[in-house]
Amino acid sequence: MALRMWASSTANALRLSSATRPHFSPLSRCFSSVLDGLKYANSHEWVKHEGGVATVGITDHAQDHLGEVVFVDLPETGGSVTKASSFGAVESVKATSDINSPISGEIVEVNSKLTDTPGLINTSPYEDGWMIKVKPSNPSELDSLMGSKEYTKFCEEEDAAH
Amino acid sequence: MATRQVGHAALPLMNIVRMKGVPILRQLEMEECLLRTSSENWCIINDGTENPNIVMGISGKPAELVEISPVLEDRIPVIRRFTGGGTVIVDHGTIFVTFICNQKDVPKVQPYPRPIMSWSSLLYSKVFEGVADFKLRENDYVFGLRKFGGNAQSITKNRWIHHTSFLWDFETRNMSYLKHPKRTPEYRLARDHLDFICPMKDYISRSDFINKTIDAAGSQFSIESTEFEAIKPPSSLKFTPTSKLLTKQELEAAIYQTQPIEASVSSI
Repeated sequence: MALRMWASSTANALRLSSATRPHFSPLSRCFSSVLDGLKYANSHEWVKHEGGVATVGITDHAQDHLGEVVFVDLPETGGSVTKASSFGAVESVKATSDINSPISGEIVEVNSKLTDTPGLINTSPYEDGWMIKVKPSNPSELDSLMGSKEYTKFCEEEDAAH
Repeated sequence: MATRQVGHAALPLMNIVRMKGVPILRQLEMEECLLRTSSENWCIINDGTENPNIVMGISGKPAELVEISPVLEDRIPVIRRFTGGGTVIVDHGTIFVTFICNQKDVPKVQPYPRPIMSWSSLLYSKVFEGVADFKLRENDYVFGLRKFGGNAQSITKNRWIHHTSFLWDFETRNMSYLKHPKRTPEYRLARDHLDFICPMKDYISRSDFINKTIDAAGSQFSIESTEFEAIKPPSSLKFTPTSKLLTKQELEAAIYQTQPIEASVSSI
């Protein structure tokens, strides 16, 4: 089972276009994938900053712990998000879980595919399962987020504590 | 966060609110407000709500879950709550128990659905010890193979809520307002509502259940009673509840979603 999860995570990671493909390092404990080239929040969201736009989603570690996602509640384009504040929620295993923004700014695009196919968050958290795209109002906020090595360590420590 | 010294360990404080017959929508609004605006731990027990109400989870679609025509005819309120999970019909026979906790006060519980449910099932296993064959089965609270409570959760950055509507008793005829949902746990084995659920009254009295629940909470928290009327959200914080009563128009619109659209053939 763990091997199958790891394999599907690896496949997701490798499907990223070769031009921007981040390197991939599996977590030793739970086989979740963590990608280089992304920034990570301690509430388990990732952000990819390219060409003045930041794409935001939840990490493989988060989707694995949440279980099967059956519903996604997202904001509308044109609204704003604030760093560390909730902008939406996912439903899984009888629970709604807040999704927090790792960065402040204006929402320029929302992944409408998630309305009909919320499971993309499970099968492709870093690619097809992205949630919102934001025009950052303060790009320096990215500096306080974790890189892949830090985030891998953070997840290992968090899981070990429980 | 106030704590009380017990033996060597300091227990975090939990406010217990006992109430009776509070309308379920009002309760849901209060719970969400406490989850979002309070920084304290809460256990809320509402011993029954008066009129029957149908309560769906956040993503519930009335057309798939509710027999809309009889619901409209009999004016049964349909509520969409702020937490996940399925659909229940609640009334005076339902006992509602809610836990709202700071993550830091239950540090061994990871803030994800399954660990929270494991925590709550351990707490309820104390309540039902020696009473019945209680289990958490596919995320449902069951006695043997029969479900007696519907639970749901909401998880925020620093806090979470786990609430359950326990079927201490139920009106058999009210179950006919609910459709057989598309997604069901495996152990249900295609049983209809009445073969699938069972009343708690066959196993435990209302007062025993409530008292044992408070005792179980008291093993992990320092308990302090609070009056329902005394709960006031901080005026500085803006809060808009997301649980809502569906309008007649919304329910009527759902009827048309379920009816096949007949193609009109125009002869030329």
